[in-house]
Parts: sequence; structure tokens; C-alpha cells
Amino acid sequence: MRRIIIVGATSAIAEATAREFAARGDALFLVGRSQEKLQAIADDLKVRGASKVDGHTLDLRDLKQLPAVLDEAAASLGGLDHALIAHGTLSDQKACEASVDTMLDEFTINAVSAMALCTELANRFERQGRGVIAVISSVAGDRGRGSNYVYGAAKATLTAFTSGLRQRLHSKGVRVVTIKPGFVSTPMTAAFKKGFLWASPQSVGKAIANAMIKGTPVLYVPWFWRWIMLIIKSVPETVFQRVKL
Amino acid sequence: MLAFGNGRSYGDVCLNDKGTLLSTRGLDRFIAFDPASGVLECEAGVLLKEIIDQFLPCGWFPPVSPGTAFVTVGGAIANDVHGKNHHRAGSFGNHVLEFELQRSDGRVLRCTPNMNREWFAATIGGLGLTGLIRKVKMQLRRVPGPWIRGDSHRFANLREFFQLARESDEDYEYTVAWIDCSAAGAHLGRGVFMRGNHLASAESPKVSAPLKMPLTPPFSLVNGLSLKLFNQLYFHRPSAQQDDALWHYRPFFYPLDSILEWNRMYGPNGFFQYQCVVPPDAAEPALKDMLAQIASSAMGSFLVVLKNFGTLPSLGMLSFPRPGATLALDFPNRGPKTLQLLESLDAITRNARGAVYPAKDARMSAASFQQYFPAWREFQAYIDPKFSSSFWRRVTGISP
Repeated sequence: MRRIIIVGATSAIAEATAREFAARGDALFLVGRSQEKLQAIADDLKVRGASKVDGHTLDLRDLKQLPAVLDEAAASLGGLDHALIAHGTLSDQKACEASVDTMLDEFTINAVSAMALCTELANRFERQGRGVIAVISSVAGDRGRGSNYVYGAAKATLTAFTSGLRQRLHSKGVRVVTIKPGFVSTPMTAAFKKGFLWASPQSVGKAIANAMIKGTPVLYVPWFWRWIMLIIKSVPETVFQRVKL
Repeated sequence: MLAFGNGRSYGDVCLNDKGTLLSTRGLDRFIAFDPASGVLECEAGVLLKEIIDQFLPCGWFPPVSPGTAFVTVGGAIANDVHGKNHHRAGSFGNHVLEFELQRSDGRVLRCTPNMNREWFAATIGGLGLTGLIRKVKMQLRRVPGPWIRGDSHRFANLREFFQLARESDEDYEYTVAWIDCSAAGAHLGRGVFMRGNHLASAESPKVSAPLKMPLTPPFSLVNGLSLKLFNQLYFHRPSAQQDDALWHYRPFFYPLDSILEWNRMYGPNGFFQYQCVVPPDAAEPALKDMLAQIASSAMGSFLVVLKNFGTLPSLGMLSFPRPGATLALDFPNRGPKTLQLLESLDAITRNARGAVYPAKDARMSAASFQQYFPAWREFQAYIDPKFSSSFWRRVTGISP
């Protein structure tokens, strides 16, 4: 039985991943902003077979609360060995361009809070000599684009941060999984027109759960994004700067 | 606006032309399950397939299964769907213990057979028009495993069908027949009768993943020639006559679910489905008339189902199931010719004081609907003022 904390547990991708673990009988601790949504998800996961589901309501910008929440999770589940950091907002790029405060706020939500959590978790898992830390970054972090570079920069930060963390913890029995979803049809992307590149949260959740179980270092999901991003990353900057993307 | 579940209704009951659809598939959470009593509470967008996947391993099954498991619980209530066990179990609404109905003015009504009972009756079979069904509490059925055991018999005509149905209703929970709608003259009304019960078995099912129609062919694969050929083979295949048959629940209840997007076989013009029920005393002559018309039109399909409904009353004001025989068939869409044939079937149904199933309809006239469902006037009082559907505007003569 795994003991898993899921941060940003009300996101569609996190919920789909949690269902995969619930079906395997694992114990889950859910962290999110909305008590009502957390409760609905917790009830569902219990019916689906989770051996225990507990939770805590928190705005993740409140960084000082993080150690206490991890303590609570460990106390509730009798320890922790897996973490999925899935929270985030799809930043309004125009608003971030107009206001430094908004830009910094978005960066705090999408990057700083996750790095703070990773740091706390890394030290705990290092001490116990085992654990899996999975962080949802994004293909948007592979290259900055004019249409969403604040979100992209935050995700690039997470990609670099988890890459380094993976090296640091490799010999300590702790696995770090960087997850880079492409387009996923979720409430966060409800306003977008959907095409053939779009994936369902269910298929993405399944892939994430498998990657966490196996300790896959970097997961592009769906898989073809690895190759799409390889091409996008290889375009010279002199050309890329002229492209509207 | 109108709630839209998984879009498996055949016609426009789930559509709202120039209006808003509320997708309910995000409401896919279980809320509570009591493994002792089989009472399940869930959100309305949960699919029957998801219920089976979750609860069959611990011995519970939907109390009523329509021909596909890809329907939401909310849709099953809104259309008060029925299955092969109607003669025993009635329709879906008979197993609903409670639901939460969200009205557009913000009110949330808890409805049970005793509480807000008029809203309960209006919403079961209410075609989604009374508001958004959010949460449902329902009774699942205990089953020993995933297998159905029974037998299968050819019958030569409708008289033999009714004879078999009468004999079987007592001892078999599930009964259904396939009809060869291309057969005429001496063979009119011939088919294959299947019946079965749940069977305890330790064997674990090995079921192949569903196939998928990879593309829509430019013309319908179902035509006069392929139909005659297929029906001839299907009727005469050895397994049509089996004294001891064992089916996995999927091919037994949901044969079409094994071919995703099977509807594409009808080509770009698609098809109409026609399902009617005719009262017991009028059933045999009315069905004979219909089958004769269909056979001479050569426009049918091999997807034809005949079943005797039981007498357990449906709870919904506009529920379709009622005592009698129900015939369901597909017709490739060949334009006005097809519509004319369907209208002539409607004339027979009207004469027999029967009804046509709204969930499968895309063309019945307002006059037909209003004869089939006289409670529609009284029902209007329960329609949410912000809710409507293409179907409802069509059959009540309201222009959008």
C-alpha cells in the first residue's frame, strides 16, 4: 500500500491519477483550496477502493503552512512515500504583462510553491531513504513562447528544479518524476478549441500513475509530445522570434 | 439549456438546437456504496459501464440494462430506460431511490417516491426537461458473476414468439428476440428467442477490447442485398438453436458496445431507429402489419429487437414502457422514402393505441406524440422555465 499526498488534488489530472491509486487500494491525503470539492473527491476515492482518504484545505501561496500540512499528512497516513504536486493555474498572459504583481503571483503559484514543497518532501524522503516525488510541469516549459511565457517560465523552472533534485536524490533511493503534459481537456483548458492533439485526463492520469510506480524520470504525456517539443526546441532563435506561437 | 449525458439517445431528446447543452460527464463521482445492501449513491454523469466495472467484481450489477452501457445514470432516468428484464424488474426508474434535482432558479429538490413525489414522477422519463439531475441514489442488483446462462430457440412466426415469451417470463430474468425483418410470406415474423439468468461461476471473463469502425464508408453497408444475406445466415446459424448457452454479460447485454462507433456503418446519411410498444391484445396483428410493410419496403436492418414488456407500472409521468410488445429496429436513412415508411408504422401504432419511444425518435409528428403521451399537458407544469430540447419543441409544436 502506497501512502500518497496529492497537492492540487481537485485538478482533473490529479483526480484521474488519484483514481488509479484508489483502485490499487492505496492511502491518499488530498490538498486543495475547495473543501467542498475535496470532500466529493474523497468520497469517490473511498468507493473506488482507497484504503484511506484524508485531506486539508489550503491556498498554496501560504508557504509557511507547508511543513505543517506534510506533518499532518504523514500523521494521518502513518507515513508518506509518494507525492504528486499537481496544482497550478493557467496564467492570463496579458494580465501578467500588464502587472508585475500579477506576474509574480502567478510565478509563486506555479513555481515557488512547488519548489518549496519539493524541498520539504526531498529532505523527509532522503531521511527515510525512499520515496517518489512527481511534479506536473508542462511541455510549455520546454521553450518560452510569446503567448504564455510567464506560465512557460514557471514550468521551465520546475523542469530544471526537478532535474537537479533527481540527481541529488538518485543515490538516496528517492525517485523524482517530471511530468510534461501536452494539451489535456480539463476545466483549466475549457475555453480552448479542442483538436486531435488533445488528451483526456483519464489517459493522462493512468500514464502518470504508471510513471510514479516505475520511477520514470521524465514523462511526456501523451508520448508524442516528446517529439513535437524536440522539433520546437530545435528551431533557431533567429527564426523562432519571428513566429507567432 | 438542457443536460447532455453521453449522447447515446438516437434522436433529438438530448439536443437543443440554438440553445445551450450542459455536459454532465464531469459529474462522474461515486458518493457512497453500501456493499451489504447494494445501494449506490453517485453523481448523474456516471456511466453504467463505470458502475459495472467498479461493482461487478464485488457482485453487484445495474438493476436494468439498456442495449448499451455507455449511458449516464442521469440519462437512464431522464429516458426511464428498460432492458431485457422488464417483465421482472420494470424500468430504470423503478430502482431509483432518490435524486437531487437542480432547478435554474437555484432551488435543489430532493426527490424520492414519497418526498416531492410529483417532481419524482415528472423527472423519471421527463427527458431532462425538469432541471438538472445532479445526484442519484439507486438500488443495484446482486449477481453471482459476469455470466448469463440460458438457451436460444428459433421461432417460425409471431404466434410462436408470444408462446415462447409466455413460457419464459416465469423462469427467465432476461428474455429478448431477434426478428428477421426481411422475411415475408410464410416466413413473416420468424426469428430467434434468447433467454437467460445470471450464473455463478468462478471462471474469470476474458473479453477482447472493442473494435472500432475506422471510418464512415461513403455509402451505407446496410442495403437490401446485405440485409437478406445477413438475416438468412443469422437465422440459420447453428447457435441460433441452443439448449444450453453461456454468455458473458457484455455480448449478452451490450452486443454493439464491442464495435465503437458502429453507427458509422450506415454511411454519411446515418439511420433512424424506430421503437414502439403496442398493447397485448393488439400486439400480434399490429406487429404482423408492421413487419409486412417493412419486408416489402426492403429498407430494414439486421438490428431488430422484439420483447414483451411486463406489467410493473413505470413511475414516470412520460415513461415509455407499458404492458405490451415492443419492437425496435434501425432503418438506413434513404430520405423521404424512409420517413414515409416510418409514418406508416406510426399509423399502425396509433391505431393499436401504442406509443413510440422518444429516446429513439427523430421524426414523429406532434400529433402522434400527443396521442402516445397524453400526460404531456400536465407534465408541462414541471418543465424548468430555462430548459428545453429540440425534441420537445418539435413534438409540442413550439418553434425555437
